[in-house]
Amino acid sequence: MHKKPIKYSVFSLFKNALSYHENWQPVWRSPTLKTEYDAIIIGGGGHGLTTAYYLAKNHGLTKIAVVEKGWIGGGNTGRNTTIIRSNYLWDQSAGLYEHALKLWEGMSQELNFNVMFSQRGVMNVAHNLHDVRELKRRWHANRLNDIDCEWLNTKQVKEFCPIINTSPNIRYPVLGATLQRRAGTARHDAVAWGYARGADAMGVDIIQNCEVTGINVQNGNVTGIETTKGRINSNRIGVAAAGHSSVIANMVGIRLPIESRPLQALVSEPVKPILDTVVMSNTIHAYVSQSDKGELVIGAGTDGYTSYTQRGGFNIVEDTIMAVVELFPLFSRMKMLRHWGGIVDICPDASPIISKTHIKGLYFNCGWGTGGFKATPGSGWVFAHTIANDQPHTLNAPFNINRFSSGELVDEHGAAAVAH
Amino acid sequence: MFLINCPYCGEREQAEFSCGGEAHIVRPKNPPDLTDDQWSEYLFMRKNIKGIQFERWNHSNGCRRWFNVARNTATDEILKIYNMGEKPPNISGDALDTPSGEPEIGSGNISTSYTKK
Repeated sequence: MHKKPIKYSVFSLFKNALSYHENWQPVWRSPTLKTEYDAIIIGGGGHGLTTAYYLAKNHGLTKIAVVEKGWIGGGNTGRNTTIIRSNYLWDQSAGLYEHALKLWEGMSQELNFNVMFSQRGVMNVAHNLHDVRELKRRWHANRLNDIDCEWLNTKQVKEFCPIINTSPNIRYPVLGATLQRRAGTARHDAVAWGYARGADAMGVDIIQNCEVTGINVQNGNVTGIETTKGRINSNRIGVAAAGHSSVIANMVGIRLPIESRPLQALVSEPVKPILDTVVMSNTIHAYVSQSDKGELVIGAGTDGYTSYTQRGGFNIVEDTIMAVVELFPLFSRMKMLRHWGGIVDICPDASPIISKTHIKGLYFNCGWGTGGFKATPGSGWVFAHTIANDQPHTLNAPFNINRFSSGELVDEHGAAAVAH
Repeated sequence: MFLINCPYCGEREQAEFSCGGEAHIVRPKNPPDLTDDQWSEYLFMRKNIKGIQFERWNHSNGCRRWFNVARNTATDEILKIYNMGEKPPNISGDALDTPSGEPEIGSGNISTSYTKK
């Protein structure tokens, strides 16, 4: 075994300050690849790392490899708008996302790594009568599922977020909003780094720059993978490859109902604190929050075609900016600093697939589409359970691949607050 | 953002068009006889290829006519535009070195192709 990582504290900070912060040990090892593992996770983003972490922590497996074609957290984990909430309509989704939210609440303490989880509230704004009914329905559904949710009328929206434009004369006036106070944001990189450090400390090998090129199957059982760094054997393989899930599935002839599309986001120049919550609107399609650095973080919609290029059309960005400027006229002269796209795996019912497959020992965790970040810890928790026991956890049982044949879809389009 | 050469109107911005998804999926001729799995296959399952994909496009903010496109989804490069009802063309673009690798030019994703100069 390797050296245990030092615990981060004010004392370790002080001690390292004395040597000009030049002697911090690496947060995780760069191990050499073994030829055999108890389990292999394909994909070193948030979902893959949490899966490895909980496999080690909850299920006692320690000989685990996480193989990542790029670098840790360099995919969609570093390309989202960091919003965390659990105010989903259907019971199945509410269970999954609320479980994740509860894990977020203790994450920094558990990992001894500050993920900057900030429960600043998420407000979903209604602009017409249909929105009001839809959001009130969701508000009641959330309350029945023990998820905190409030309804705010226009005046209360203005009190909660004073800079929002509540004039009745705008094209899509603010008629009210739901508010989940426990929702908020977190630092996306820190989540990947924190879980990577935690998993590494329990002996998980994190292999970066290692792309999977094939999956070996014998008599219906998975036996290992081929990678750009050689063959690795294992009879348990979990795929958490987000936008590239279909690429992996096509290697073994598994059919997935997924389309990979670019989802764009952008951040503004940093300004002083102005927006202390997250504002989302389904109807005019905008979501915006302010990062701790002061940048406005703005999420756009998906581009309407398959692409793996991690960039999209400017018309999508323009639509989103128009919506943001109507809600917040004071942002109209702000300059945008950076803009990027991530490849999201869209499922027909906008719910994830966390499932066994017809190949024994091969598991898929995909289809999170535009909203996977908020579920990061919960996703890993239930996926680890599925891999360790060859049986789904009660929370992810409804999210199996067979639902596309049985018709038991978990339709969260629109109900999930932002339709893409 | 890319340009699409509509066979009826000429080159226009992609924003004028709507993508109708994977092409050459034939509606089953015997709907009552299909099993749930076969329906699932027809309705939901998609190849979602990284590389050359055949797909349907509609010039929705223009002439509103449909046509087929062969496009490399790793670069957004359009290789061929052909009529509805035609068989997919036999074309090959620059193949990726590895299944989920990145092309040298044309992708925003540099995670595997970037080499430090």
